[in-house]
Amino acid sequence: MIRKTVGRKLTTAVGLTVVLIVSTFAYVNIRSHEDSLLAEVERHAIQVSQTVKSSTEYDMLLNEPSRIHEIIKRLGEEDSIERIRIMNKAGKITYSSDVSEIGKTVNSKAESCSRCHEVDPPLERLEMRARTRVFRRPNDSSRALGVITPIYNKPSCWTADCHAHPKSRTVLGVFDVVMPLAAVDADLRVGRIEIVVFAASAVLALSLITAFFVRRWVSVPVKQLVAATQRVAGGDFTAAIDETRRDELGLLARSFNHMTRKISEARLQLVQSDKLASLGRLAAGVAHEINNPLTGVLTYSSMMLKRARTPDEQEDLKIIVRETIRCRDIVKSLLDFARQTVPTKRESDINEAILRASSVVERQLSLSRIVITKDLQPNLPRPVMDANQMEQVFMNLLVNAADAIGPEGGTIALRSSAVSLSPVGVVQIKQAVCPKRHNLIDGEMRFEGKPSIRIKARCEGQEGFIHIDPMYGSAAHRHGFASDDQKRVQFVCPECSTSLVSEGRTCPQCGSPVLAFEAPPHGVLETCTRKKCGWQRCADIDAAGNREFIEIQVRDTGCGISAEEMLKIYEPFYSTKGAKGTGLGLSVVWGIIDSHNGSIKVESLVGKGTTFTIRIPVKP
Amino acid sequence: MSSTHDILVIDDEPVVLQGIERICRGEGLAVDTATGGMAGLKQLERHAYRLILCDIMMEDLNGFGFLAEFRRRGNRTPVVLASGYSTGENAIRSLQCGAFDYIAKPFTADELIAVIRRALNYNSLLEENPEALTAKVPHVANFHSLGRVSWAASKPEGTVLIGVDDLFIKTMNGLRSVELAPVGTNLVQGTSCATMTSTDGLAHSIMCPVSGQILQAHGEAATNISAIETDPFGGGWLYRILPSDLEYSFRCLTSPSDPSDRRQVQQKEEIS
Repeated sequence: MIRKTVGRKLTTAVGLTVVLIVSTFAYVNIRSHEDSLLAEVERHAIQVSQTVKSSTEYDMLLNEPSRIHEIIKRLGEEDSIERIRIMNKAGKITYSSDVSEIGKTVNSKAESCSRCHEVDPPLERLEMRARTRVFRRPNDSSRALGVITPIYNKPSCWTADCHAHPKSRTVLGVFDVVMPLAAVDADLRVGRIEIVVFAASAVLALSLITAFFVRRWVSVPVKQLVAATQRVAGGDFTAAIDETRRDELGLLARSFNHMTRKISEARLQLVQSDKLASLGRLAAGVAHEINNPLTGVLTYSSMMLKRARTPDEQEDLKIIVRETIRCRDIVKSLLDFARQTVPTKRESDINEAILRASSVVERQLSLSRIVITKDLQPNLPRPVMDANQMEQVFMNLLVNAADAIGPEGGTIALRSSAVSLSPVGVVQIKQAVCPKRHNLIDGEMRFEGKPSIRIKARCEGQEGFIHIDPMYGSAAHRHGFASDDQKRVQFVCPECSTSLVSEGRTCPQCGSPVLAFEAPPHGVLETCTRKKCGWQRCADIDAAGNREFIEIQVRDTGCGISAEEMLKIYEPFYSTKGAKGTGLGLSVVWGIIDSHNGSIKVESLVGKGTTFTIRIPVKP
Repeated sequence: MSSTHDILVIDDEPVVLQGIERICRGEGLAVDTATGGMAGLKQLERHAYRLILCDIMMEDLNGFGFLAEFRRRGNRTPVVLASGYSTGENAIRSLQCGAFDYIAKPFTADELIAVIRRALNYNSLLEENPEALTAKVPHVANFHSLGRVSWAASKPEGTVLIGVDDLFIKTMNGLRSVELAPVGTNLVQGTSCATMTSTDGLAHSIMCPVSGQILQAHGEAATNISAIETDPFGGGWLYRILPSDLEYSFRCLTSPSDPSDRRQVQQKEEIS
């Protein structure tokens, strides 16, 4: 049985439509061809009738039947004319090209007479079109066309010497010219065959072309998609489809590949967490089972070590104790690793944290003539956070703001809102590894407190480091190495010197070589090597689209922060408050925001005030 | 009850019992053993002890159950719990339930001796003058204790100071030196955060009261140990940390401002 594939259905539908259109066209064409050929014969027949009529009229008036016979006989010998005859009103054939029928009487119901004699009294006038008739000859059933031309009474007829016709008659008789249609029919047959052949080949060709394109544009990609889906269903998540097509199926392929990647990641995580859970159970069992015998070994060996007299004995026992302690540490680290950490972060209302923090300090601040204004967007999304820590953040910022305002009084404005931001400049790359899994993150060189990504650059014996801004797309990279020709510089992992330059890839903006390394959990991060370019791309981050954040602003009308102070504000134990402060407030704020994958930004004008802007991702 | 023996060791693992017995005999201490919680309770009906060392994971009656029953009988003798399932949670729970200290298996002879010495010292203090054992801690809401081992106090800016309890110092045979972990270390509640060496050369490990990252280690106190000895709840603090989940950490600790209340509530939760 033939499977009902989309391709087959489409091809069949298009084929049927083609058949319908082409056969209608062929039918109309054949009909019009036939009509025009018949009209031609008809015109010819009428012409012949007129010619016979006018050429015999004079002889009739002179009553010269032999001359009429002669004319009709001659004409009847023409190939294109089968028969010419003249009948009188009573149906008697008076003249005919077929001599044998002269004198015979034609029944008024015969095919040549019926047109007018169908009714009683018979018609005297006949439309031009109605005078012609196509009929099958009884002898060989070939077709023939007959034209009847009535001979009307004229004054010359009843005034003629022969007095054959009285004046009262309207119609004196008819000319009946019959033309054979064999040639026309042969012509039509050929034409019909030609058109049918053309129609059939058109249908075939169109169906084949349709089938070809349907196969190419629909069947093959759909088949690939189906095959890939089945592979994924069978658990093979490496199944990927060619995504180079630019149509909807290409889009579908890209979405499919993206989905497969995501499923495979999620599955990996699931497997991982499942593994961890079983490891946890295993570790608990192992820890208990192994630690008891280890206790025996360790207690006895350490006790013997205490009592050992000779240095040799002491050495040996030290080794036993040391190695047993090593076993203990291994079991302990297994337990630590498997231990389910208590989730401390849960979905919470950030406005509540702001309100709790402000209510704690509000009374005290109102005494110092400080007004807190709140513009909190209601029904904010609930980010996953540690509500207590977040309260601490706002508390610290409020206390700092109040200290900056001082005794003269002022305003602290608190504002919260939901924002949707493009990942550029917002997503922080927190992990980066070389192909050999060496860590590229450098905690020493930081961008606004965030650890950078360190890469070694080498060229002709010179070496230096490049520090990549961890904020995606920010491009504030620091190049500790300059070269005239970027293409000759090697960019390598500082640990293992594996090249990090992507083979065959160039920056789409400036054409320089491109660095590529894995930045878990985002996948491969590409960065242009040229200092001033700053092009960066990560397919996964781009694909994830805009990120949802809660943005909180704490704005004060205080003394502001100078440019040189600005560099140190997040450093622990840096304080401008002298003995009053610990210098830890902002470093605590920074640590908490960082642990929530958030960001903190400060803008300040000395003498005017400071604004802290915090963004917390809605999804961690 | 007849004469007072030194130590009762309860464990369902014979090799552990033998090991502990050998070590204690080496220290000149008389040891009785019991191979389960119920057997331990029976043993207690016959003798009184200066110290009980009890395993947590036992089939018939576990360490927590044993301790609860022991305290229910009104016995204040120090109990040290031990477990091969050495997690911070077990350690914290032990102290919450009223254990004197907790020791993770496997342990060396010296580690065991250090705990036993302190527990016996505590018992002596208890017998001499029970009132002297009352902690002279600051009665403020943000101050929390982990048994009589360590304490934590939250500061307004969000950091937490942690230090050692005065009784811990008192039960050591004189403090000789303090070893602190470096700044940046992530401390886990219920695991060791610092080591104090007593004048007899034994190393005593201090259980961390609150999880978090060390922002500042009080090096001054470590070099000049008199601050720790004289003012362990003030100038003798050990670390300033950025807590990772203060609310959770504090829920496992006791606050001196409402000691009886909290302790009872927590114990009920634990047993159920």
